[in-house]
Amino acid sequence: MELQIRNSIRFLLNDKVVERTDVSPTETLLDFLRLDRKLRGTKEGCAEGDCGACTVLVGRLFNGLLKYESVNACIRFVGSLDGCHVVTVEALAGSDGTLHPVQQAMVDTHASQCGFCTPGFVMSLYGLWMQNAKPNIQEIEKSLQGNLCRCTGYAAIIRAAESVTAIGDLNKDPLVTERARVTQQLLALKDGKHVVLGEGKQRLVLPANVDDFADVLERNPGATIVAGSTDVGLWVTKFMREIGPVVFLSHLDDLRLITEDDDRLMLGAGVSYTEAYPVIIRHFPQLTELWNRIGGEQVRNMGTVGGNVANGSPIGDTPPALIGLGATVQLRKGNNRRSVPIEKYFIEYGKQDRAPGEFVEAIHIPYLGSDDIYRVYKISKRLDEDISSVCGAFRITLDERGRVENAIIAFGGMAGTPKRASAVEASLTGAVWDEGAIEKAAAAFSDDFTPLTDWRASADYRLLVAKNLLRRFYLETGGEKLVRLNRYEPAFG
Amino acid sequence: MNVVQPMTRIRGGVHEKQPHESGHKHVSGTAEYIDDMAEPSDTLHAYLGLSHRAHAEIVSIDFEAVKLCAGVIGVLTVDDIPGHNDVSPAGKHDDPVFAVGKVEFHGQPIFAVIAETRQIARQAASKVKIAYRDLDHVTDVLEAEKANYPLVIDPLKLERGDIAVGLAGAKNRLNGEMRIGGQDHFYLEGHIAFAIPGEDDEVTVFSSTQHPSETQHMVGHVLGIPSNAVTVNVRRMGGGFGGKETQANLFAAVAAIAAKKYRRAVKIRPDRDDDMIATGKRHDFHVAYELGFDDEGRIEAVDATFSARCGFSADLSGPVTDRALFHADNCYFYPNVRLRSRPLKTNTVSNTAFRGFGGPQGMVGGERMIEEIAYALGKDPLEIRKANFYGGEGRNLTPYHQTVEDNIIPQIIAELEESSEYAARREAIINFNRHSRIIKRGIALTPVKFGISFTKTEYNQAGALVHVYTDGSIHLNHGGTEMGQGLNTKVAQVVADEFQVDLDRIRITATTTAKVPNTSATAASSGSDLNGMAAANAAQQIRARLVQFAVEQYGVAKEEVFFEPNTVRVGDRLIPFPEFIKSAYGARVQLSAAGFYKTPKIHWSRSEGRGRPFYYFAYGASVSEVSIDTLTGEYQVDRTDILHDVGKSLNPALDLGQVEGAFVQGMGWLTTEELWWDAKGRLRTHAPSTYKIPLASDRPRTFNVQLATWSVNREETIRRSKAVGEPPFMLAISVLEAISMAIASVADYRISPRLDAPATPERVLMAVERLRSAGKEL
Repeated sequence: MELQIRNSIRFLLNDKVVERTDVSPTETLLDFLRLDRKLRGTKEGCAEGDCGACTVLVGRLFNGLLKYESVNACIRFVGSLDGCHVVTVEALAGSDGTLHPVQQAMVDTHASQCGFCTPGFVMSLYGLWMQNAKPNIQEIEKSLQGNLCRCTGYAAIIRAAESVTAIGDLNKDPLVTERARVTQQLLALKDGKHVVLGEGKQRLVLPANVDDFADVLERNPGATIVAGSTDVGLWVTKFMREIGPVVFLSHLDDLRLITEDDDRLMLGAGVSYTEAYPVIIRHFPQLTELWNRIGGEQVRNMGTVGGNVANGSPIGDTPPALIGLGATVQLRKGNNRRSVPIEKYFIEYGKQDRAPGEFVEAIHIPYLGSDDIYRVYKISKRLDEDISSVCGAFRITLDERGRVENAIIAFGGMAGTPKRASAVEASLTGAVWDEGAIEKAAAAFSDDFTPLTDWRASADYRLLVAKNLLRRFYLETGGEKLVRLNRYEPAFG
Repeated sequence: MNVVQPMTRIRGGVHEKQPHESGHKHVSGTAEYIDDMAEPSDTLHAYLGLSHRAHAEIVSIDFEAVKLCAGVIGVLTVDDIPGHNDVSPAGKHDDPVFAVGKVEFHGQPIFAVIAETRQIARQAASKVKIAYRDLDHVTDVLEAEKANYPLVIDPLKLERGDIAVGLAGAKNRLNGEMRIGGQDHFYLEGHIAFAIPGEDDEVTVFSSTQHPSETQHMVGHVLGIPSNAVTVNVRRMGGGFGGKETQANLFAAVAAIAAKKYRRAVKIRPDRDDDMIATGKRHDFHVAYELGFDDEGRIEAVDATFSARCGFSADLSGPVTDRALFHADNCYFYPNVRLRSRPLKTNTVSNTAFRGFGGPQGMVGGERMIEEIAYALGKDPLEIRKANFYGGEGRNLTPYHQTVEDNIIPQIIAELEESSEYAARREAIINFNRHSRIIKRGIALTPVKFGISFTKTEYNQAGALVHVYTDGSIHLNHGGTEMGQGLNTKVAQVVADEFQVDLDRIRITATTTAKVPNTSATAASSGSDLNGMAAANAAQQIRARLVQFAVEQYGVAKEEVFFEPNTVRVGDRLIPFPEFIKSAYGARVQLSAAGFYKTPKIHWSRSEGRGRPFYYFAYGASVSEVSIDTLTGEYQVDRTDILHDVGKSLNPALDLGQVEGAFVQGMGWLTTEELWWDAKGRLRTHAPSTYKIPLASDRPRTFNVQLATWSVNREETIRRSKAVGEPPFMLAISVLEAISMAIASVADYRISPRLDAPATPERVLMAVERLRSAGKEL
C-alpha cells in the first residue's frame, strides 16, 4: 500500500497548533520554546535530563486515550512531538493572573527560593496531580526524583504537593475539562502519514507504522533510531554529535504494545518504563524497587525498555534484571525477524548483535516458575536518579534436598557489558544452599569480573559489593528480616 | 472627607512570615533571569574554549577550523584584552581571563569564540587545535605537599596558651587525620553574563553575580577603563551559594570585551559541564591533629593543621582557609591551641567561596576531634561536647582571642536533647544494633557556633537608596543581591516597618552599581544585617525630614508626630500616608535618601592572629538518626531534629527555608556529593549525571525544624535578628557523625571509625570492613 507523505511536524503548543517544515532532527523542545517561541518560563539547568528545570508536560494519544506526562524538554527532540500536546508553565495561570492550584500551593508553603528550578517542580507536581489528586509522600518523592532543587531542602515543596487538592479542584482543571476537545484536535493531527523532512544528515523521518519503520531503516541503515531520547539526547546536547538522518518512533502505537501471553510477557520496543510499570510489577514484583529507581519520572516517561537494551550500556538498569529472567530480544530487519537471548545480544563494550538496518522490535520476558527465587539489587551513590555502580540479578531454584538446581546471576557495572557471573553460577550449581556454598561462590566473583575504578565506585568496592549482594540474596532467601534499607514499607521481600 | 480606619498593624512588617517577593513569579515562570531577558536582534554569543590539559605549556593554537564555521564572527584571545588579563579578586594577578603560554588546570579558559548563535559558538570552540607540552601535575592536597608545591597565599596561625606544655601535661593524647571533600555549588542557574556596549568607553553588564561592585571593577580592570564607565546589574540569581562571589567576573569580562570589540550586545553562558569544570568550588581539606585531654574528655591541647586544595590561584583561598581555623573550635574551649592553615596550590580549578566559607571544613575537623575523644574514652560524644562547651570563668576565649559573650549553646542543646528524646533513642539504637545483623543505626547531636561578619573588616559596610514618590509608593534599592535567600523581601519588610506602610507599597528593584556604589559581596550571611541596616538608615533620614515637615506645617511638637499603619498621626490629625507625602512634596521636602551602615565593634589583625573578627555568633544544633547497610554501605537519614538560632527573626518563613535548605545542602556535601579527578587531572563528576546532590527522597524521612523563638541578638543588629545563610549548613555534621556511630557499632563502639567525607556508600562500606577487621584484633 502506498503511504501518504507529509513534510511537516505538527503539534499543539499550549492552545496553539504548531506546524513546521524546517525542523532539524536535533532541535530540542527546550531550544524551540526558549529561542523560537520566547517561552522562557521553562529553564535550562543541565541539558542532560537530570535536573528537571526544563520539565514540561507532553500529552500523547495511545489507542485514542490522551495522557499527559512530565518530560525533560532539554533532551526531547521537536521531531518526536508530532501529534502531541505540549503544555508549558506559561499555560497554567489564568488569563487574569490567578495562579494554578499547584502554583498557589508552592507560594503558600514558601516552596521557592531562587526560583530557577521552580517552573520544573510546578510542572512535575502538575503531572502528578493529574494522575493522583491525593498523593502520599512516597508518591510525591517518586514524582520529584527528576527535579533538583539546591535551595529549599525540598521540605516546603513536599508540603506544597500535599496541599494542592485543598486549594483547587482537579475536575475544573483546563487539561481535564478540555480533554475531549484536545483529543479531537490531536486525532486530527495524527493522520497516520509517513513524515519526512530535510535532506541527507538533516533528514528526519517519522515512519507511519512498524512495517514502514522496518522499510525506512533497511533503506537508511546508517540512520539513528530515536525512541525516548534519554540517551541519544545527550549525544546531541553534550557531545554535539551529528546523528542525522534520524528515525523517530515514539509515535508508533504498534511498537507500544504490551502482550501478556500464557508463558511470557512481550514489551514492544517503544514501551516506556512508565507504561511497562504496572504490568512489570504485577508479574515481577521483585522489580518494583528497581523500576522505581530508573532515572527520574521524566526519564521513565520518555525512556523505553527497548532503548535501554538496544544501546547496550554496561550500566543500563534493566539488562541484568532481564538476563536474570531469561529474556530474549526480538530483532527485525525488513520482514525478517530473529530472536537472541538477551545476554548474547551484548557482545562487547559498544558492540551489540544488531546488523545495519536491523532494530529491536520487542523484548520477550518469560514468567518465573513458582520455584524460582529471584531478586535484583541496584547499588548507586545516591539512592534515586543515579546510575548503578553495581546492579546484580540473582535467580535460583532449589531441589527438594535444598541443592541449587539452577542459578542465573547477572551483573551490570562489573564489565564492559551486562554479564553473567558464570563461575559463581557454576560454584553454586549442585551445592547445598548454605553459608558455606555462598562463601565459596563469592570467591568466584573475581574469576568472573575485573571491574573498573571510576567516579561511581572503585574496582575493590564493586567486587566486594557483588559478593555482599550474593550474601544479601542468601539472607533474604533464608527469611532474615532487616537485610535491606527501606525508606518506606518494604516493597517486596 | 476622608475617614481613616486605623489599622492595628501593617501588612508585611518585620518578624512576620511573608512570601518571597518573587514567589508568584517563580511559580509562573515570569521571574526574569538573565537568559530570559529580551535581547537586541543583533546579539552575539560567546563560548569559552577550555584547556584539555591539567598542566602544560601551550606550544601552538590553530583557530583555522574555528573561524571557518559559518556564523563565527571571531575569536577572542589575550590580544583582544585592552586592559589587564587578570580577574584576581585577591589582587595577586594570578587569575588570567585567558591562559597565556601555559595552562594550570584542566578546563582553564584559553579563548572565546564569538558567533551569531550560542550553538555555533559552542560547536566552533570545540574545533580548535592546540598543541601542548605536558608538565607534571598535582591535583591532591597531600601530593602537593609532597611535591613542594607553593602556597597560593600566606598561611594563618592562631595560637593561644602553650601547646607543648598542654600536650605534655595531658593524661591522654592521640593524633589522627581526616580528609574532607570539596563541593560544587550546583546553583540551578549556571553562570551567565550579558554585555551591552554604550557610548565612549561605557558598557553595561547584566551578570549573575553576588558581587556587582567587584564585577564592575574587574570589567573596568580588564577593559582598561574607569569604574564610572561600567554599570553592573543583577535582578536575581538562580542560586549563588558563594559560587558567584568571584567566579562571575570572568564571564562578565569576556562578554564586555566582546561587546566593546564588536559593538554589539554579547551573551555568554557555559554549558553545565563547562560551568562545573571551569569554575571554582568548595575547598577540599586534609586535617592533621594532635590532642591532649583528661579522663573526663576535657580538652587540654589542640594542635592542628588544615591543608586546603586551593587550585591554581589564590582567589579567596586566604580568607577561606582563615575561616576554617576560626571555626575549628566550634563551641569548644581549647585551653592550649595552635591552628595552622596550609593553602596549597594544585593543578585544579581555583577554589572559591561556598556557603560557610571554610567554616564547615574547620568545624568538621573540630567535631572529628570530639568524636576521637569519645571513642577513646568509650563515652557518648555528646557528653564530651558538653564537657568542652565555652562558658564559665576563664573558659570563653577563642583561639583568635575574641571573648564569646553571647553563648546560648547550652540552652539550645538542652532543649533539643529533650524535645528529640536523644538519650532514649540512643539507648534504643544501641539495643537495636545488638540484634540487627546487617542494618545498623546511629544517632548524633552536634552543635554549631558560627561567627558573623566578613573577616575582611572593610567589607562590613553597606549602602541603600530609598525614594518615596508623590503617590506614596516607595522605591527601594540596596547593595545586596537576591539569589533566593529572600534578602529583598526582608529588606523591604524593614523599610515597610520604618514607614509603617504595607509591604506592597515597597517596590524592590534590581541591584545596580549605578544606584548604590562600592558594595560588598552578598556573602558571609551578612546580606540582611548590612543592607537591612543601610535601608533602615535611608528610611530614617526621610522620616526625620517628614517629621520636621509636620512640625513646621502643622505647628506640633516632634513628639506629636507618629508613623502609624499607613497613616501619619500629627497631633490629633490622621493623614493617610500618600496624602501626607504629597503635601510634603508640595513643601519641597527631599523624599529620597542614600543610607549607609558599617558594623560596629569589629577589628582583626591577621598578622597577630588576634582581634574581634565577629560582631556576634549564631548558634544551632541538630540530631540526626541514620541507618546503614553493612553489606553495601548504603544509608538513609531516618530523622533529623533541628533547633536553630536566628535571633529575633525578620521573617520566620524565609528563615525556616534557609535552615532546611542549608541542612540538606550540607548533608549532600558530607554524603553523596563527590568530586573525583582522574589520573590526567580531569574532573569527572561535572554534571548532575555524575555529581549527586540530594533529592527530595534524600531529605530526612522525618524532619523537625524549629527556630529558637526565644533568642534575641544581644548586639544591635537589624531588629535584633541574626544572620541565617551559612550557619545552618553545618547542622548536617550530625548526619556524618550518626553514620560514623552506625559504623562504630560493628566493633562495639571501641574504635573511632575515622570516616572521611563525603561518606559515600563506598567509604561507609570500606570503614565497616576496616573496623570489622580491627575489631577482631582487639
